[in-house]
Amino acid sequence: MADVLETDLNSLPLDGWHRGRGGRMVPFAGYHMPVQYEGIIAEHRWTRTHAGLFDVSHMGQILAPLDQTEALERLLPGDLQAMSEARPKYSLLLNEAGGILDDLMITRRADGWYLVVNGATKHGDMDVLRAAGVAFTYLEDQALLALQGPEAVAVIAAHASGVAELGFMQAGAFSLGGTEAWISRSGYTGEDGVEISIPAAAAEAVADLLLADERVRPIGLGARDSLRLEAGLPLYGHDLDETTTPVAADLLFAINKRRRAEGGFAGADRILAELEQGPVAKRVGFTVEGRQPVREGARILDDEGNEVGRVTSGGFSPSTEAPIGMGYVAAHLGQPGTALTLEQRGKLFRGTVATLPFVPHRYHRKGKTA
Amino acid sequence: MSLHFTKEHEWIRVEGDTATVGITDHAQSQLGDIVFAEAPEAGKQLTKGGDAAVVESVKAASDVYAPASGEVVEANPAIADDPSIINSDPEGAGWFFKLRLSDPGELDGLMDEAAYRDWVATL
Repeated sequence: MADVLETDLNSLPLDGWHRGRGGRMVPFAGYHMPVQYEGIIAEHRWTRTHAGLFDVSHMGQILAPLDQTEALERLLPGDLQAMSEARPKYSLLLNEAGGILDDLMITRRADGWYLVVNGATKHGDMDVLRAAGVAFTYLEDQALLALQGPEAVAVIAAHASGVAELGFMQAGAFSLGGTEAWISRSGYTGEDGVEISIPAAAAEAVADLLLADERVRPIGLGARDSLRLEAGLPLYGHDLDETTTPVAADLLFAINKRRRAEGGFAGADRILAELEQGPVAKRVGFTVEGRQPVREGARILDDEGNEVGRVTSGGFSPSTEAPIGMGYVAAHLGQPGTALTLEQRGKLFRGTVATLPFVPHRYHRKGKTA
Repeated sequence: MSLHFTKEHEWIRVEGDTATVGITDHAQSQLGDIVFAEAPEAGKQLTKGGDAAVVESVKAASDVYAPASGEVVEANPAIADDPSIINSDPEGAGWFFKLRLSDPGELDGLMDEAAYRDWVATL
């Protein structure tokens, strides 16, 4: 990080807004981004109990015409043909070897296929789409905010009539305090909440509007990382990369039934074979005895001291007040309750494979009580 | 009593031939929320500039180096039980360990408080 020159970094629409609220800015995905305001643990807990406002405008927003369904299905393993309008789905951009180029959200809208991809990978993703002959527009002038937490929907519903009627993984076009906004009831913290796409020119006004509610505080990337780790959600570039397949990453829900039967997406041969035979390695969560976090890159050992995997995300859980992590282990060691040894800087730690998520999801599923 | 600082953001307070060591307020503010700290056990011999202790924030692990050589005479049990006191009182109750100095002359190359605060202001 230290070798990234300040001048190489771009500023996002809310750059000055973050600085004005005490955000500590760090280089991330080619931009200046706020890592924290008052402190990661306080921000984490605020999001779990109230509503946290995240700026995720570094992420890429892409719109492809609806006639690109077939072209997109050659890259993504989701059943796009069967998707209803305004029902976002989690999907994966795959390479020919079955590796994951990116994870993303895709929604059928009246104006086209709307994709939200990771900030660090967005330009590469667009190269892949272009090379595959997919026509699309990069919505460079759209900002993206996430409002997450048990009070998030009540806050936004006060300014955007109808948002409260959305269930988890439903979306729509709304007027948010007079700004045209595409709002989906989704997020990456395990909490109820929304993601809000708005014109960059309106980002400050919308952020101010939401922050004026005393239930809302601005939250940095530090807490976003600890929240998503507690929620058991993989982070691209850490828990997922070009060498991991959806089967090893335990993301089979992204491969729909029809696509499993028919194939026809990048890497399908390998992925469908792995589905049949089971993967060699598997993404798991684990807890660690004691209080010291075991970080990304630590080795995972079996009883005899043989390396059986690596930690891909590790940190301290503010909710459980204990170290937690995710990593890949040989598939036969993937059952919850399995004892693991973790090695970090020459020191050994005792870990146990855990059931994900570490903190229960609180998504607002229709027909169920929260 | 004398108080010295290192460029690695440790402080060392010397009283007679023993000294107390911790990390500075600047260091804790850069680290953010501290969730784990491990001080060396009594009896351990430390060498100036060598690894002495570990401190971990939510985001990252950092080493604490020995500002001077000597034998550890006491580790602060409070920081293991509640690492957040390093955030709230880094230059007081959040001390890491006490050291019996083997060569007090090593302190000559360290900064005094005014020099350290001036230097931090330039970072």
